[in-house]
Amino acid sequence: MELVAPAGNLPSLKAAIDNGADAVYIGMRNDTNARHFPGLNFEESNLAKAVFYAHVAGAKAFLAINTYPQPQGWARWQRAVEVADDAGFDALIVADLGVMEYAANRYPNLRLHLSVQASATNRHALGLYQQQFGIRRAVLPRVLSLEQVVWLAKHSPVDLEVFAFGSLCIMVEGRCQLSSYVTGKSPNLCGACSPAEFVDWRSTADGLESRLNGLLMDRFPAGTVAGYPVICKGRFRTADSVYHVLEEPTSLNTIELLPLLAKAGIKAIKIEGRQRGTAYVAQVTRIWRAALDALSTQADAFTVRHEWAESLAGISEGAHTTLGAYHRPWQ
Amino acid sequence: MTAMSAMKISLGPVLYYWPRATLLDFYAQAAEWPVDSIYLGETVCSKRRALRTVEWIDLAREISKTGKQAVLSTLTLIEAESELSTLVRLCDNGDVLVEANDMGAVHLLSEKRLPFAMGPAINVYNTRSLHYLQRLGLIRWVAPMELPRITLAAILEEADDLGFGERFETEIFAFGHMPLAYSARCFTARANNLPKDGCEFECLKYPDGLAVYTQDDERLLTLNGIQTQSGDVLNLIPEWKDMQALGVQLLRISPQSQHMRAIIDHTHAALRQGALPDLSAFIEGAGCNGYWFGQAGHLQLGSQLRMP
Repeated sequence: MELVAPAGNLPSLKAAIDNGADAVYIGMRNDTNARHFPGLNFEESNLAKAVFYAHVAGAKAFLAINTYPQPQGWARWQRAVEVADDAGFDALIVADLGVMEYAANRYPNLRLHLSVQASATNRHALGLYQQQFGIRRAVLPRVLSLEQVVWLAKHSPVDLEVFAFGSLCIMVEGRCQLSSYVTGKSPNLCGACSPAEFVDWRSTADGLESRLNGLLMDRFPAGTVAGYPVICKGRFRTADSVYHVLEEPTSLNTIELLPLLAKAGIKAIKIEGRQRGTAYVAQVTRIWRAALDALSTQADAFTVRHEWAESLAGISEGAHTTLGAYHRPWQ
Repeated sequence: MTAMSAMKISLGPVLYYWPRATLLDFYAQAAEWPVDSIYLGETVCSKRRALRTVEWIDLAREISKTGKQAVLSTLTLIEAESELSTLVRLCDNGDVLVEANDMGAVHLLSEKRLPFAMGPAINVYNTRSLHYLQRLGLIRWVAPMELPRITLAAILEEADDLGFGERFETEIFAFGHMPLAYSARCFTARANNLPKDGCEFECLKYPDGLAVYTQDDERLLTLNGIQTQSGDVLNLIPEWKDMQALGVQLLRISPQSQHMRAIIDHTHAALRQGALPDLSAFIEGAGCNGYWFGQAGHLQLGSQLRMP
């Protein structure tokens, strides 16, 4: 299985590759990708350098062009595809039909991967992208159970990549407009969920309040850990109960599923977190490299080492991890 | 659209889990209402089986006989093979138009060379995507909930420039709680401390979904099984003249358990008289319309923002 690691800048890209990533995925410094955060991502002039560093190390480089252009902004997406071809990327990670059509027609030799933002969760959806645009690989949304992933891997017309570790979107990626409902900005519209410019922290008598565009997401009594206010991890009220109505602040960690994913024929596993720091990328990549190496040398005897589990838990959101939708009872 | 056509009203699929008798009664009444299109079918959760697939198809045929257009809506999040089987049965129905709510449905319908409608959960944000789907067989689309007016206008103008603007209809989800997100997890089961696989069909308890409030009591969301909806009710009906000028042909009204007849009648009368309908009596809270103006979806913006 290929280990696909995130990088939000050149130092992170080097850290990912130096720590054993088989491939890195990056984005440009604009709204053509789903981590459009201030100060993050790559200037056009740095893309070739990034690809070069990966290729010298024998690794691959993917460019995420995985948001949905609106007519007014189309030129940026078209430019991104052109630049990606120039820079020699090994694949584009794409979500929009228009972008796919443009890339497939204009650059037929450019390999296309279907982004998780395209929300393909079944073999007929995958089949459409394969037949129409020659998609070679698809990243699955984090909504399928392990059983469904195994079944799909057997019947998919394209290779599959699944999320292994990182922040957990509990909504189908590409099909969540909660962020724009509250802020006007969303992953599909502008490449960001719950942008920092809308976040407000207030100290009150009831504790620390987190607000998103003025709406109360949570209250944290003194001494508790305050998480970033995304709507799906907020604490709200239904009837008389106040609780995490959608999901607790937690991260996805599938390391114990590695043997099953490998056996199912999953082609690649993806680490989330282009927005995270270089130290995070280095640490997570190192652990997953070690796990994949252990798996390839002792497949039947694979066990999750205590130090891996401890390190991963330590760098996870809310310091809790879950198997998410892979584990049916979570659903 | 070059020629401005009369604005039509559509009744969207029932998004909630209503019991069989309620559904049958609802559609018996709806057949008498002044709506042009009626969408039918389970779009949210395959465990809901108030009507079997074949019964939905039969009901659609019955409605077609009344002179209204019936459309069969597919499930939105399709994961299991059993859900694909249902999808195949809907697409193979033989005569009723299908609304694809997942790209898997688009694939099946285009392979059969059948024309199709497309629901708001498929991502079309630009003209190229719409054109591609039109060539695959799309004859009607419902714009994504968050698509702003300015983008819709640009898409429809470009479609005209590219010469395919006459080959499809545009429908706007104009009234009701907005479907905003889909998950593997069932939030209604979670609210009742039940696992999804043992949900005991808790959705039946909430004919308009389960209300979610912030800790300081602002209405935020509505839980509807694996679907998360807006807390506020979208009301874009007052924008209908502007929509008509842009080339929108249908206004979708999403079913709720109360006041449907009155909402439809008021809207219909306003469209006929060229007036602005006042639906505030049928909306809990202020309502919302922010997306249309390129703002946060939950906001209710005043008429000063309306195009002249």
